[in-house]
Amino acid sequence: MTMKCGLEIHQQLSTKKLFCECPSELSDKVMGTVTRILRPTQSEMGEVDRAAMEESLKHRRFIYEITDNSCLVELDEEPPHDLNREALEVALKVALMFNAKIVDEIHVMRKIVIDGSNTSGFQRTALIAVDGYMDTSFGRVRIPTICLEEEAARKIEEREGVVVYRLDRLGIPLIEISTDPDMHTGEEVKEAAQRIGYILRATKKVRRGAGTIRQDINVSTGQGRVEIKGASRLNMIPKWVNMELERQEMLKKAAETLRDRNAKIDETIYDITEIFKNTESKIIARILKKGGKVLAIKLNGFAGLLKSGKFRLGREFADRVRVIGIRGLFHSDELPAYGVSEDEVKRVKDALNAGEYDAFVLIAEREELARLGLEKVIERAKIAMNGVPGETRAPKDDGSTAYLRPLPGAERMYPETDIPPIRITEEYIEELRKSLPKMPEERVAELVDMGISEQEAWQIVHMGMDDEFENIVKKYGYPTIVARAMLNGCEDIDYEKIFEYLSAGKFAKEAVDDIVLRACNGEDVEKVMKEYEASIDLDAIIDRIIEEKKELINERGMGAFKPLMGLVMKEVRGKVDGKKVSEVLRSKLKDAL
Amino acid sequence: MADYEPGDYVEVQTKKGVFRGVLLPTSQFSDRNVVLLKLDNGYNVGIVPDQIRVLRKGTQKKKIKKSVPAPNPNLPTVSILGTGGTIASYVDYRTGAVHPALSAEDFAYAVPEIRNEANIRARLIFNILSEDMKPEYWIKIAHAIKEESERSEGIVIPHGTDTMTYTAAALSFMFPKLSVPVVLVGSQRSSDRPSSDAYINLLSAVRVAKSDLGEVAVVMHATSNDDVCHIHRGTRVRKMHTSRRDAFKSINSAPIGVVGEELKFTEEYVKKSDETVLVPSLDEKVSLIYYYPGMPVSVFERMLEGMHGAIIMGTGLGHVASDFVPAVKKAVKDGVIIGMASQCLYGQVNLNVYSTGRELKNAGVIPLGDMLPEVAYVKLMWLLGNYDEEEVKRLLPENLRGELASRRVLQ
Repeated sequence: MTMKCGLEIHQQLSTKKLFCECPSELSDKVMGTVTRILRPTQSEMGEVDRAAMEESLKHRRFIYEITDNSCLVELDEEPPHDLNREALEVALKVALMFNAKIVDEIHVMRKIVIDGSNTSGFQRTALIAVDGYMDTSFGRVRIPTICLEEEAARKIEEREGVVVYRLDRLGIPLIEISTDPDMHTGEEVKEAAQRIGYILRATKKVRRGAGTIRQDINVSTGQGRVEIKGASRLNMIPKWVNMELERQEMLKKAAETLRDRNAKIDETIYDITEIFKNTESKIIARILKKGGKVLAIKLNGFAGLLKSGKFRLGREFADRVRVIGIRGLFHSDELPAYGVSEDEVKRVKDALNAGEYDAFVLIAEREELARLGLEKVIERAKIAMNGVPGETRAPKDDGSTAYLRPLPGAERMYPETDIPPIRITEEYIEELRKSLPKMPEERVAELVDMGISEQEAWQIVHMGMDDEFENIVKKYGYPTIVARAMLNGCEDIDYEKIFEYLSAGKFAKEAVDDIVLRACNGEDVEKVMKEYEASIDLDAIIDRIIEEKKELINERGMGAFKPLMGLVMKEVRGKVDGKKVSEVLRSKLKDAL
Repeated sequence: MADYEPGDYVEVQTKKGVFRGVLLPTSQFSDRNVVLLKLDNGYNVGIVPDQIRVLRKGTQKKKIKKSVPAPNPNLPTVSILGTGGTIASYVDYRTGAVHPALSAEDFAYAVPEIRNEANIRARLIFNILSEDMKPEYWIKIAHAIKEESERSEGIVIPHGTDTMTYTAAALSFMFPKLSVPVVLVGSQRSSDRPSSDAYINLLSAVRVAKSDLGEVAVVMHATSNDDVCHIHRGTRVRKMHTSRRDAFKSINSAPIGVVGEELKFTEEYVKKSDETVLVPSLDEKVSLIYYYPGMPVSVFERMLEGMHGAIIMGTGLGHVASDFVPAVKKAVKDGVIIGMASQCLYGQVNLNVYSTGRELKNAGVIPLGDMLPEVAYVKLMWLLGNYDEEEVKRLLPENLRGELASRRVLQ
């Protein structure tokens, strides 16, 4: 079975917000809060989604923190302003760079989202272009849709009945790029994500830093589609994808085995608290002391599939109950352990009348929660008979993923009537086509021509510092030193000033690394450079050394240049450019002979 | 061949390629050459077609049968009288068009919690945009209130917010006595949005309609929070923001109450009377004149032509340019009743402080205290419709429905 992977990438733009004039930045300056509720609206059928209504009847309240970079638009107290044209232009350019067909008229839609992440209860989104593609080392990746949408509010905390969001992030423009499932390995997914990232950054209008680009990966091996949400670290992508592939293969194998064994799920929930009355297990003992119970179910035919060899169905069960706050789940494949004795295991098996191929799962918790947890386990166990369920999973640091929630249902979208449609003319598109940023590989080739390695060039392009690099090298030269400084250095340093001073001979190029390092540690560049400025009298030093090594000079003539050079450099390294030292020394040596 | 129509699933050939989706009715803001499609992924896009081919004819929208539960004998009956506006609307997801809620069922569906508060009688008096409101409609609403007052214990009138306070003032004067609360309510965010304020406003309005209030009130969000609403006196309230939820404010007075889960009156109010008395006549020959620096006297004179009365929104304490005085004097002499209110809205007019004020007063202009200009305008129409000239002059600056106060405190 081949694996098919697709990507959905969300990139924040650094223009102003999409529907107001607030800056697209995060902020910790909270000026006050408002409390709101959201209600589901009638659907096109005149009915209200029952589940959504129940959700809202719980009277969940949302508290929004008002920041200095939010206005009445984010607060849903003022209609959205016209769609930000600069953001639109970036999105259109990106669409052209992905060879996509731009629609003739853009219509902003409302996508219903009532988890509170949007004050309005919907996310504004517009389809900009369709049917794009990009070419990669492993072939063509199709890009069916490119959208421009608004970012959601930032979740700060969740507590009983209340979710707190901050408005700073709400409304930042996002470009959403979705690919078809044209990738077949983790490496291919990584390459595609990387390439999309390069192209987005080539516009120079994207936000940088943690959380400003988010990648969701869809992985399917012919059964359920799994979405790995927020897989943002490029280097981890192959691992996440490959471990997900293994998990899906395992689930399929497990399903086969279960079918072969004619597995059945006995839905009876047994109270086996009595068996653990005097247990050595600290976890269980603590729960029992608080009045909790130990409940168990029997899974006919599941033995060995919960945890042995490659099989890990136990983890699938634990994931499902973890999201409702249960930690105390144990199953027969891992017991005896955690203080649960062999005798207790045997007694549980007897109580459940479990045979050789039968497994059991037990949960120690307060009774209702334990019961709810086991119901979830039963639900998941039933799914296990069919293989891979479609679901949303969260990526973890060790390369694995964990169950998050079911896949979202079909989106409910309707037109945003507050924003007039935007006609995109052929003339405008042609104009944009003329001013497209260079594709990353063109840019890399240009930087290589300026005198640095391809690897350095890619890194500089990746960091988005290519324009600054080009500017400095064109003015002052030193391509390899500029590249090294940028690659070792950090953002927000005035590299141009450093190389301006260097070319003016104020210090030696050997000092650049030190200056950059110290500037990165927060020191003032100008001050640091002053320290390296040649306060020394080169002539005097050379004169002194020639005097001291008279014998050597008499002996070797011009042949003494090299050793003398070494001696001078020892004293002035980093302060005077080697070239200059060699010039002065050579002339003085000639004079001395 | 135009054998395609909105609702059809079509394939559109364009210079860029082929698009498939449901053909939508053209948007009024769209370019003429563009057709609107809903693609399979739910997005709407506009495209310039070369050719359109119908793949599947559209089906007629199924009419959803809505039902309301049987009346609960333990709950009071509240009438909801629709007039149009944002509050009583729902969206057609296919076209994005907003339609009015027409029936009790629509309201019950929009805010199911109402069923726990009251049995609802609902009818649509008319369906207009708030800005299209006219005095003749106030009279229609008043008659509907009179009829409903005999059948229910309170009346809620969903109304567009733009002119809601004019209606509130008109109804206040038309009903010297009320046997039911009359509650106007609106929304600043349409009810097709999950964040609409309509739900809390409507539910709060129904709660006020069940109270012992015998006045006309406006019930709207108290703050930007979705928690409580203020109960404003119909003659004291003004829309003070174009878009905020808490746009409605009581001016020169405090709201008469707060309503959330609980209802609490915080100021004195008139209690329900045994009967509802309607005095509906209005004389529409009244001008509301906003004075501004540079206003030509001739413009002012034209606005008074053929009028029986006028309210001037003067500057500051109640002034117009001194060269207006002769024109004012002449109009008053010709029998036009002229009242003075202030553009400041806050505070009362005073024609004794400056000489122009004294001249205006001598010319026969009636200072209207801290009465809101719009309220004064409606009041003058109502007085002229029902009383003789002397009585109008006497009553205009008198407090009839809480529209005036002699004390203002720092709040």
